[in-house]
Formats: sequence, C-alpha cells, structure tokens
Amino acid sequence: MKKEWPLWEVFVRSKNGLEHRHFGSLHAADAEMALENARDVYTRRNEGVSIWVVESKYITASNPEDHGELFEPAQDKVYRHPTFYNLPDEVKHM
Amino acid sequence: MSEKEVKNMEEIFEARIARDEKIEPKDWMPEKYRKTHIRQISQHAHSEVVGMLPEGNWITRAPSLRRKAALLAKVQDEAGHGLYLYSATETLGISREELYDQLHSGKAKYSSIFNYPSITWADIGAIGWLVDGAAIINQVALCGTSFGPYARAMVRICKEESFHQRQGYEIMLTLCNGTPEQKEMAQDALNRWWWPSLMMFGPRDEDSPHTAQSMKWKLKRKTNDELRQQFVDQTVPQADILGITIPDPDMTYNPETGHYEFGEIDWDEFWQVVKGHGPCNKERMEARVGAWERGSWVREAAMSYAEKQEKKKIAKAS
Ligand SMILES: [Fe+2]
Ligand SMILES: [Fe+2]
Repeated sequence: MKKEWPLWEVFVRSKNGLEHRHFGSLHAADAEMALENARDVYTRRNEGVSIWVVESKYITASNPEDHGELFEPAQDKVYRHPTFYNLPDEVKHM
Repeated sequence: MSEKEVKNMEEIFEARIARDEKIEPKDWMPEKYRKTHIRQISQHAHSEVVGMLPEGNWITRAPSLRRKAALLAKVQDEAGHGLYLYSATETLGISREELYDQLHSGKAKYSSIFNYPSITWADIGAIGWLVDGAAIINQVALCGTSFGPYARAMVRICKEESFHQRQGYEIMLTLCNGTPEQKEMAQDALNRWWWPSLMMFGPRDEDSPHTAQSMKWKLKRKTNDELRQQFVDQTVPQADILGITIPDPDMTYNPETGHYEFGEIDWDEFWQVVKGHGPCNKERMEARVGAWERGSWVREAAMSYAEKQEKKKIAKAS
C-alpha cells in the first residue's frame, strides 16, 4: 500500500478586514496536518491571521475553453456601468 | 487537432506572452512549453532542497545562538522555496512523487554549486553572500516570467532572499574584522566559492542554444553572460569593503564601459560537475535518497492514521 498524501489548497487572510486569498498548495495526510504545514510554509513572516485549507479535489474550476461562453456576454452590457448614463453636469452627488 | 490548428493555437499563445499576459495551468499550451517549464521549475525546486545540505551541515556548529537562529531560519526558507516551486511544477500535470523520482534517479539536475563542500564556518558566510547573491540576480529576472504559478512563487521567494544574502555578508564582515586567522578563513572561503558562483549563471551565451526560446517565454530576461556581468559588477566592490581579494588576477575595472573584466572560467570543471563528478554529487544524492527512504514509514503511518480517522467519522455520523 503506497499512497501519496493528497494535495490541499491554502487560503490566507493577511489581516482582519481583508478576505482570504489563495496562497498556494501543499501535500498533507489530513486537514490538521495541512493547516500546520500551511502555517510553516506560507506564514513564516506574519503573513496571516487566519488560514483555510481545502483538499484540491473538492474545487470545481471553470474551463479556460469556456471562457468566451462564460465571460463574453458581460462585455456588451455596458448599461451595467454608471458611465453608460448621460446626465447633465449640474447634477451633483450621483 | 490538425497540424494547422495547432500552429494557429501556438501563434495565439505566443502573442499572448508577447502582450505580457500570464499563462495559467489550465490554459492551452504547446507541449514544448509544458515540458520546458516542468524541467526548469523542478530543477529550481531541487536546487532549493539540495541547497539545504551544505548549510544544514553547520546549524549545530554555528558560533552563537544569533547565528544559529538565523541559519536555521534561512535553511527553513529554502525548504519553503522548494515547496512553492514543487507546487508550481505540479500544476503542469506531474506528481510530486515523479519529481522526487527524477531527482533521486539522477534524471533531473539541480544547481551544481551545491556539489561543493562547506568545510569551514566562513563557507556559510560565503554561501549567503555569493550563492544567494547570484540566485537573487537569477530570480529577480524571473518574477516577470510568463507562467503564472512560477512568477508568483518567484515573487514570494525574492522577498525572502535578501535576508539570506545579508546574513551571509554579515558573517563575512565579522570574520574580516576579527583576528588575522578569521580574516584568512574568509579569504579562503571566497577563494573556493568565487568561481563556482560565476558558473551558477550557466554556460556562455554562445554555448546555450535555448536562449532565444527562453527569452520569448520570459524564462530569461537577460542572457547568462549579462547576468554574470551584473553579479561581478555588484560583488567586486563588496569584496573591497570586506578587504579581501577576489581570486582572479585578470580582474580589472574598465572605466570606459563601467564594467569589471574578469578572467576565463574553467568550463571543464563546470561540465565535470554538471555530469556528476563534482566533489559532493554522490554525497548529496545519498543524503536526499536516504532521507526519503527513511521517512517512508512516517508518510505511510500518517496516511493510514488519516484514513482511519476518516472512517471513524463516517461510522459516527451514520
Ligand atoms: Fe532560496
Ligand atoms: Fe536563499
């Protein structure tokens, strides 16, 4: 029986008020070890105040090949942006 | 995909890189891009990991607690660098196990500099000053490379490296301001590490056939010779401050170009070490393979413990 330790993705909140951000990945036998390793690998210099780890296999990612289908429809919807609307300069605070 | 379609995809791909767009792991990429990156990033990872060995040699014998804590932290950083880089390589579809296998079987290379022995405490100073100094020059150039995970790893690594070089230089400075014997130790370390450090930048430009391709993919921003020159120019004045002499009788400053001109590198030695005949190639591999093999029961035990816990959790829940 020889099994590689699974891969985990590491997310770190650098300080309160900021979101967790993807920092990288690592191998660990279980969640507890993944947290400990993440602390040693990614926060040796006060880079974080909170860590999330999630086994990589649980992440569903969009496929770059679907990029057009997924993201292009947003490109011609300029009316979703405030600059689309013409107002006279006299109107303030809007 | 037909040949024509592949060619078309390749053109789009090259254009993206030329526009300074990053390539991410799941994007389409030419097979050659994938292979070259697996080779280069893993080689870089192996260098970080093997690079811990010559310095690890001195942790227990560091001359003070301050030096010991710093060296320990530096070596731990190098382990971290190895891990960032292995992770980046794995995004290209190769497993960690395969990567270790390539290192252990001798199929993969690592930086030849780590095949030289660290025989005195001054070597720890020289390694930080020269070897990390040369590594920083290479790595800064890579922060803007085209493959996203590699570029991100490089940015993290560069942030951590400057302490490495400074702690090394401080060791040299202390020795050079010490007794004549201590200063002699520093000079001796410089004598032994100087030429291998220059070799870290790789063969001369005319002997490195992949430069053009690497430039296109931003795996290189400057040629080997350009980076080597940059290293020499910044290091010679640092040696002057220490009051020790670079072991190169041909070293002269050219006021017209603003560059130092240096003597011929012993390329026979370079290729000998690359081919595995350096002073410590065998010892380094034995240490790596031994650590991997001796650790195998720990990895297996941790895995079966995790599986057992998982089963218990499921049994409890049902
Ligand atoms: Fe490093
Ligand atoms: Fe370093």
